Amino acid sequence: MNEFLQIFTLALLSTTIRISIPYILAALGATVSELGGVVNIGLEGLILIGAFCSVLGNYLTGNPWLGVLCAIAGGMFFAGLHAVVCIKFRANQIISGLALNIMAVGVTKFFLKYFFHSSSNSGRISGLPKWDIPFLSGVPVLGDIVSNPLILITILLIFAVFYAVYKTPFGLRLRAVGENPEAADTLGVNVYKMRYAGVLISGALAALGGVWLAYDQHQFTDGMSGGRGYIALTAMIFGKWNPLLATLASLFFGFAEAIQIQLQTIGVDLPVQFIQMIPYVLTIVVLAGSFSKSTAPSADGVPYEKE
Amino acid sequence: MKLSKTSKAFLINIGVTLAAIFASFVVGAFFILLVGVNPLTVYWKLFEGIILNPYGLAQTFFKATPLIMTGLGIALGFKANIFNIGAEGQMVIGGFVCAWLGFTFTGLPPFLLVPLCIFGAFLGGVLWAAVPAILKVKTGAHEVITTIMMNFIALALTNYLITYFFHLPETVHTQLTSPSAFLPRLDQYIAAFKGSPANVTLFLAVALCALFWWLIWKTPYGYETRAIGLNPSAAETGGINIKRNVLLTFLISGGLSGLAATNFIMGYKHYFEEGFSQGVGFMGIAVALVGQNNPFGIIFAALLFGALSHGTLVINALVPKDIIQILQALVIFFVISANLLIKKYIAKINEDRS
Amino acid sequence: MPDNDNFAIELTGVTKRFGSIYANKDASLKVKKGQIHALVGENGAGKSTLMKILYGMYRPDAGELKVNGKAVTLNSPKDAINLKIGMVHQHFMLVKTLTVAENVVLGEEPVHNGFSLDYSKAKEETKRLIEKFNLILDPDALVADLSVGEEQRLEILKILYRKADILILDEPTAVLTPQEIKYFFDIIRKLSAEGKTVVLITHKLKEVLAISSSVTVMRQGATVARVETAGATESSLAQLMVGRPVIFQVERTLRTKEELAKSGTTLSIRDLKAISAKGHLALNGLSLEIKKGEIFGIAGVEGNGQSELIEIITGLKRPISGTVTVLGKDIDFSGNTPRKMFDAGLAHIPEDRHKKGLVLDYSVAENLILGRHREPAFSTVTAIDFESVDAFSKKASGDYGIYPPRTDLRAGALSGGNQQKIVVARELSRGPKLLIVSQPTRGVDVGAIEFIHKKIIETRDQGCAVLLISAELSEILSLSDRIGVIYRGQIAGVFGAGEVGEEQLGLLMMGGKN
Repeated sequence: MNEFLQIFTLALLSTTIRISIPYILAALGATVSELGGVVNIGLEGLILIGAFCSVLGNYLTGNPWLGVLCAIAGGMFFAGLHAVVCIKFRANQIISGLALNIMAVGVTKFFLKYFFHSSSNSGRISGLPKWDIPFLSGVPVLGDIVSNPLILITILLIFAVFYAVYKTPFGLRLRAVGENPEAADTLGVNVYKMRYAGVLISGALAALGGVWLAYDQHQFTDGMSGGRGYIALTAMIFGKWNPLLATLASLFFGFAEAIQIQLQTIGVDLPVQFIQMIPYVLTIVVLAGSFSKSTAPSADGVPYEKE
Repeated sequence: MKLSKTSKAFLINIGVTLAAIFASFVVGAFFILLVGVNPLTVYWKLFEGIILNPYGLAQTFFKATPLIMTGLGIALGFKANIFNIGAEGQMVIGGFVCAWLGFTFTGLPPFLLVPLCIFGAFLGGVLWAAVPAILKVKTGAHEVITTIMMNFIALALTNYLITYFFHLPETVHTQLTSPSAFLPRLDQYIAAFKGSPANVTLFLAVALCALFWWLIWKTPYGYETRAIGLNPSAAETGGINIKRNVLLTFLISGGLSGLAATNFIMGYKHYFEEGFSQGVGFMGIAVALVGQNNPFGIIFAALLFGALSHGTLVINALVPKDIIQILQALVIFFVISANLLIKKYIAKINEDRS
Repeated sequence: MPDNDNFAIELTGVTKRFGSIYANKDASLKVKKGQIHALVGENGAGKSTLMKILYGMYRPDAGELKVNGKAVTLNSPKDAINLKIGMVHQHFMLVKTLTVAENVVLGEEPVHNGFSLDYSKAKEETKRLIEKFNLILDPDALVADLSVGEEQRLEILKILYRKADILILDEPTAVLTPQEIKYFFDIIRKLSAEGKTVVLITHKLKEVLAISSSVTVMRQGATVARVETAGATESSLAQLMVGRPVIFQVERTLRTKEELAKSGTTLSIRDLKAISAKGHLALNGLSLEIKKGEIFGIAGVEGNGQSELIEIITGLKRPISGTVTVLGKDIDFSGNTPRKMFDAGLAHIPEDRHKKGLVLDYSVAENLILGRHREPAFSTVTAIDFESVDAFSKKASGDYGIYPPRTDLRAGALSGGNQQKIVVARELSRGPKLLIVSQPTRGVDVGAIEFIHKKIIETRDQGCAVLLISAELSEILSLSDRIGVIYRGQIAGVFGAGEVGEEQLGLLMMGGKN
């Protein structure tokens, strides 16, 4: 019984990490973008694009790291589209984000057919080569997950984002621009540049989340982002627009999902559809309980117009 | 020709919208080029298959019908600044309720069953919008995320119901509804439309457009709804009950999207089938935007996107049919970006004369 | 004979258009180094625009700018900051979620290690300036927790951090009490003594006479006069501002305390307690009574509970305890209270017409029925009676002199004064028994001000009780039959007209004792 519990706990931990990574990365991206004042509903699409570009890059060059670079480039390109529409043309940011999601679905399916001649999934690709971390890699079940370089990268990114936002002039200006862009403008801060930076960073981060998904499954599947982008947004709201708290919130969502999956493998008798519903229902419950309005950056979602 | 300010503004609106649509086709052409096909061939085939062809025209009507209804639903929400992205889920649940009523109350004659099923579709949409609507009004929960979550839940829920209870063996759909719930196809009246499932729910869609127009422009409810969308603070100060109005508008918006299911369920296959909604809920957003939240514009936009939707089958041999979704997204991007230009032109007109 | 070099600022022939409106038309300004110079004019005269051009926020369509004798082109605030020009805007430009020190250094942050923010250095610098100029502030305090006076000191800190020699202050005393204004003037005098040039944009002529050494008067986008303060008076300045002699006092009969004592009570508030939107106790046992046919003015610094008081009386907020009685009936705050209040005879002219008074995209006619649109005269449950709406709005537009007279025009296209007239017309045409009016003439030109004041008095003469809240002490003093001071959510004193002056009011507004 003891060993069973041990394995269950390790399995739960490893599943939690596995599921949380894309949430964490996308939530970090959402936070950076919104702290600067631009709402990015398009995370869902950016995850998808990151996933596809990484698979494509990996497939064409045989190098998984080049796949990662492709994903980052793709994520930043499409995020840039959203940025131009929202910042330069001052369009409605929510609609732009939704259009980005529709575009991502269309573009990925389009090129999926063209490159892989299938409308549902790509060919198989290898993930990132495992890194041998002393002691940790040897741990059963958990070791496999932890040896993935993306985990280390994610952890570094969590702290990097936190530091950048709260301990650098860049972060100070970003937050000022999301809270009171006019004030920042009168002090000579370039509001547009800061907002572009925020959105592009969010594109790169969300795309990395997609890389994890794709490499974990060793292929790209149509629609594989499955709502994670929206859940990441909820994690950001739950975490009150703070990168560390958003990470914790993401882990919470990941944990909840992981528990249900583990329960299923033990043989709990619940129809699979209800298990599928859990992340979505949980999101609604969390949103209903979070008093989001009072803590969002004041200029969030409001296009800035220089007089 | 001296034009009044309002006609000038109107023409600018239309002109810039058309320009935006044109621009999306141009960019779309780049994608087509990327896969080594001549975009002009593709666009010509589209045109051929849709306009020069009575079957294509009928198919356009068929595809446009649900788009008009989800477009109206979403546009109604937009008028009050509500972002109801849950049209897809509302349509699915509305469709299920409609079909269930149709194959359960088989004893009823058509003049009772038809309105019952239509009402069922409306009710299904209302019920599915209720949770996000109540949460928005009571807790301020952001409706974009909650309605999208409800979409996913709707798919899982109907999948469950079909898999465990209602599916016919070897299929993913329910049994047929009673024939009393069948609505006639247009090809019964227009022979040239033969082969297309375009049906009389098209007239329901147009009737809903008239209802929308009356509701928004002629009633006190519409006056309040528009005021809430334009300046909620002033509306509240003036004694308008915002919470009640938002709730009501959200629910009606859901109901309209629910009605979109009647096209498929009562006019085409006569059963509920998984996946029947085919992204109509999301396309409704593009329809509402291009149609500028106005019933005439929505009809035009629905025809446009309906035509494109049918067109995918026509061009599938040449180019992956997902180019349609890319075009859709491009149209949305260009139209919302163009809004800035429209505002600038209209501001200029308003100033020049006062 | 002044040297050219002695001028810190020289603006000549400045023209700036926004669309088809000329905000500045061949405007000019000359200020000698080390002077305190006032820039006066009515709302919309172009003072702010001219200074924003000097601060690099706008680019002029024509004209020349010279700073310290040298011609310059300013493309952004950064250029102005580099030339040691600083500006404190009318609406404060502060980031609420950051601290005082962070707001001070934003845009020119001290850095160590090449990319980290050196917060301790920022704090040090801020402390140094606080001590040097006696601007009492806590560098670690969050801006969200500062009072208005402290926020203003922070704004001044910001420009001193950037070593500004030329300071532009836009309506700096709009939100200060008389005592805070005195303290503020001390700071200005100190800065001038240090050789700094100060330009004060204001429409408060008393202050111009008190602090400045020279004045530039602007009207309708152009400069109409440049005078030495020593030889000017309030009326001479006002006449230059408006172009004709100005009457400062409104004609009317004052209601005496004895008269009013015999009158019935329209509004009675007992021991009202309420929480602000931010969660603080905004009203702390407020009591007052307004009689039929009187204008009761409330003086007070913004933020002492006025907004919450108005929200409660108009039914938009629930108090936590206390009673509000209108015409003998207690308000029960259930259901659609605003609508019930309107039905009971309330009318409300809100303080911010753009935010709360009008739907700018609606036509003049549609705005004239906002809040009255469900009345039987204008609609049934299912349909609006457009004919009667049209007739009503045409009449109201004529009666109140709303210009242009076309009721189908978008409200946003009208001038500030005419927009305010729409709100006034709408509310007064209800034939109210209780009128709540807040900042009725903010941003409104003098002609419209006179008209609106007249209408308010007319309404009072018809037996309506009027609650007047205004930041302009002169408006309160000239219109009110009785005056109350609000401080920290309570009424600190009630006086009959003529029993009290600005000084005493100011003292009470700051919490001083009677």
